[in-house]
Amino acid sequence: MTSELLLQQLANGISLGSLYALLAIGYTMVYGILRLINFAHGDIFMMACYFMVFSIFTFNLPWYIAIIVVITATVALGVLLEKTAYKPLRNAPRMSIMISAIGASFLLENLATYLFTGVPRGFPDIKVLTATVKLGSLSLTVATLITPFVTLLLLYVVLFITNKTKIGMAMRAVSKDFETAKLMGININQVISSTFIIGSALAAIGAVLWGTRYPQVMPLMGVMPGLKCFIAAVLGGIGNTTGAVLGGFILGMAEIMLITFLPSLTGYRDAMAFVILIVVLLVKPTGLLGEKVTDKV
Amino acid sequence: MVVVDNKSDKGEATTAVTRLIENDKVVAIIGSYGSGVSIAAGDIIKDAQIPAMGASCTNPMVTQGNDFYFRACFLDPFQGKVMATYAIEQGAKTAAVIMQNGDDYSVGLANFFIDAFKALTGNDASIVDVSEFQLNEADFTAILTNIKAKNPDVIFAPSAATTAPLIIKQARELGIDSLIMGGDTWENPAVIDVAGEDAEGIVLSTFFDENDPATEEAKVFVEGYKKELAGKEPIIPAVAALGYDAYLLVRDAIERAGSTDGVAIRDAIKETKDFEGVTGIINFTEDGDADKNMAVIKTVQDGQFVFIDSVEVQ
Repeated sequence: MTSELLLQQLANGISLGSLYALLAIGYTMVYGILRLINFAHGDIFMMACYFMVFSIFTFNLPWYIAIIVVITATVALGVLLEKTAYKPLRNAPRMSIMISAIGASFLLENLATYLFTGVPRGFPDIKVLTATVKLGSLSLTVATLITPFVTLLLLYVVLFITNKTKIGMAMRAVSKDFETAKLMGININQVISSTFIIGSALAAIGAVLWGTRYPQVMPLMGVMPGLKCFIAAVLGGIGNTTGAVLGGFILGMAEIMLITFLPSLTGYRDAMAFVILIVVLLVKPTGLLGEKVTDKV
Repeated sequence: MVVVDNKSDKGEATTAVTRLIENDKVVAIIGSYGSGVSIAAGDIIKDAQIPAMGASCTNPMVTQGNDFYFRACFLDPFQGKVMATYAIEQGAKTAAVIMQNGDDYSVGLANFFIDAFKALTGNDASIVDVSEFQLNEADFTAILTNIKAKNPDVIFAPSAATTAPLIIKQARELGIDSLIMGGDTWENPAVIDVAGEDAEGIVLSTFFDENDPATEEAKVFVEGYKKELAGKEPIIPAVAALGYDAYLLVRDAIERAGSTDGVAIRDAIKETKDFEGVTGIINFTEDGDADKNMAVIKTVQDGQFVFIDSVEVQ
């Protein structure tokens, strides 16, 4: 194995891992507040990719404006989803809201198939991000280089919001004890909406970076990344934001390293992700950074 | 004519065929386009004794051991050989292969290519890398980085049109300049649409070329297709030509059989002789496969599929 090959694979791993991390934050935050695994999160991500396609190809917006439009539209979709699919079930048993999440996921997938057909669309080519940078024999796109930094910056922003602001304090209170927080006069609906706003915005940014790197948009494109990021969130300790980012990096790196060191097992890449999930659940169900909680889903 | 959608899913394919047979009481089935889904529904077709005419399902197992399944296209062992022959004619000495785990078409064609390439070069080490990926995978950087280190002359990656542009684009981004080749599924405008400039120079084999009509029927088809779908479809994909041929073959058999009985239609299809289709003169082999020995090789130039060569292999 040459050092160039290893360096290139490390870059591939970090870049994939940071994309997983961005989506995993959305899973983990919603879980922290609602104890709900938002199965539709991967499909929100898919819709964000379509929003980008339409903003640029149909409305001819410049890419920097398109990104703002995409974030706004995705946030609106995320909040709409919460208001229609989850809010009416606020006092229902947890299983009902989980089934509602699965239903919402199928609805978005089939709606996208119906509206946009199953024929894949190309993702807009943002020249600033797709330019190739040569570092010695390494060949990387700008998007690959900046993705890890964007992810870490956004993690910092999210941590700042949850730890240093008033709404963040409310979020932490709701996540500790839903009922008591309500009794203390915290506006539960506002807190939950804020969570979905942050999660969807991160999904939108993740979608732009993902699409730039893997430039194909299809109705079912969110399924696998959705599952992988859920695994990343569990691996890092679901409910813990830093854990989600850590889990994302570990999972992305593990997938790439499996292929680097065991090339004959390339077909088992997805299987390995699920094996990691099973092992984590068996050995350390709270994940790497998770807190001990007694309830289960 | 009843249309059902198998959503390119093996489970949906069996449901779709059962629905056609039990609900809609069809007398014959045209399709499917893909090998995996056709194989999945094969047994239902056999048990119901309703003849089926596949369009572009190229895996040998579609018609093997199934007296009621026919097809209008060539087979993957042939296609694999065509691509291997072409690669070697271009001076290739080494090849890397990428296939989709669990997809009968992709795995089948990849293995036939590997066999043919090894046989033609007379060197078992000429295949330097074989990598697999799974359905809905988007990240190929890792397997392509491995391949780059082995520096093959060609990369053969038979896969769905949805996967192809991702492989092509990521390979070029990593600075791989090997010739990239695929199978008949790649002749799809979506590949060029998504891969953009990176699609330039890819090579694929297909069944039909609109600029070189093989028969009178082909001229009629090309004219009619262009009139009907003007402005909607930039090219005539070979699968459309094969679908049309499959329809003509079934209609011809029903007319000759003079009955709508499944067994009678099947016997009529078997007796088809020198039928003039869009994709050439069609006769059926013992297995129910169209007896074809010619494939069209195309590349992408200036954002268009362009004919390079037609290859005959015995």
